[in-house]
Amino acid sequence: MVRAEDLRHSYGNVWALDGITFALVPGQTLVLFGPNGAGKTTLLKVLAGLIRPAGGRASVEGGARAVGWISHHSLLYGQLTVRENLLFWAALYDVPRRVSAARAADLLARLGLEDRMDLPVRVLSRGQAQRVSIARALMHDPHVLLLDEPFTGLDLAAAAEFRGLLRELAGGRIIVLATHNVDEGVELATDIAFQSRGRFVHFAPRAGRGPSDIADAYREAVRDG
Amino acid sequence: MGEVLRHAWIVAKKDLLLEFRSRTALVSATVFTALVLTVFNFGRDPTAVATIDLAPSILWVTFTFAAMLALNRAFQLELENQALEGLLVAPISRTSLYWAKFFANCAFVAVVEAIGLPLFVLFFDVPVGGVLLPLVGVIALATLGFVAVGTLFSAMVIRTRFAELMLPVLLLPFFIPPLIGAVQVTARLLEARPLSEVSGWLRLLAAYDIVFLTLATLLFPSTVME
Repeated sequence: MVRAEDLRHSYGNVWALDGITFALVPGQTLVLFGPNGAGKTTLLKVLAGLIRPAGGRASVEGGARAVGWISHHSLLYGQLTVRENLLFWAALYDVPRRVSAARAADLLARLGLEDRMDLPVRVLSRGQAQRVSIARALMHDPHVLLLDEPFTGLDLAAAAEFRGLLRELAGGRIIVLATHNVDEGVELATDIAFQSRGRFVHFAPRAGRGPSDIADAYREAVRDG
Repeated sequence: MGEVLRHAWIVAKKDLLLEFRSRTALVSATVFTALVLTVFNFGRDPTAVATIDLAPSILWVTFTFAAMLALNRAFQLELENQALEGLLVAPISRTSLYWAKFFANCAFVAVVEAIGLPLFVLFFDVPVGGVLLPLVGVIALATLGFVAVGTLFSAMVIRTRFAELMLPVLLLPFFIPPLIGAVQVTARLLEARPLSEVSGWLRLLAAYDIVFLTLATLLFPSTVME
């Protein structure tokens, strides 16, 4: 379970989180929309334990070991090969070497990068590096995925492929995906939240709404919020 | 403790592999060491001041600034693609991260010093034959203190603008006590004086290492929190 209780955090006198409360259970995918500066990244960083909130409480069942973190930065070392990067991150999560080697091969095959395994990350394209970053976050088989603008740098085909992978991963996991682009990720959502000036101005199940309905509701909510 | 050290070793091994692949900082620090020793060698008047009086200071000025080059890179390499974020999300203690950087920096500075010391002997023709072991011991003792403080400060400045400029400005005042101690001990060693003459300085170096290694280990977690 992922739980946020009355989270508050500010940068100077600008509120990034202003009384945010929610709870998610396995199987839920919360897609978080909001304009730049709404506090989406801060919320994800609080959930990931990167930021200690000024007020309130955030908890992830299973702690840091249960979290997979994907941001628009790849978090990879350019001088290391794809394989070395994946094995390094797996080792930090205490994944046995035998398991991590097999998992790296499997994930890279699913992401269409099996032939890039022994190339240094610095020679990969932005999209390829982002796909390796996705594999990095999945190496320890996390129960909770926190994704901050994960589609940045991916072309249409890679983004569609990534959405497919997320759909596959969603069963039994909790996913929180933050984006400013309403067209991205709507179809993955079981729940939708609009964040503006640190507050949830809308938080509800998606309930079959399509991208255009969400876009209309988003524009309205953000304008009023 | 076992887990802390195991995670520290995983990260330190990665840092050393990265440095081995790029060799950027190692080559820079080594070339810098050779250049400084060369400049001092040709820039002094051997008839005005005896080499033996000047050599210890030159050795330690060189090692101090070479160490700073090394310390600057410790967290720089975590900024590439924001890898630091991944390390902070991972289920490893911040203490592991500090010790990882400490180990890697010690290894890095040791390599630079291992290249610098023979060059120093070559340029300044100082008699180290009989005192090599104690001299290496003093270098190790002082280096541990430098690296303990330097690793903490390099984490503190990494998110600031002009981090490379800030680090020496913050570090040098903290380096003064071990620097004085190291110069004093080295001078006595090169003059073939007994170690008992410098036991006070040796105690200061050891105390500095213990105090700052402990303080840095305790303070580090709050320096890397956003």
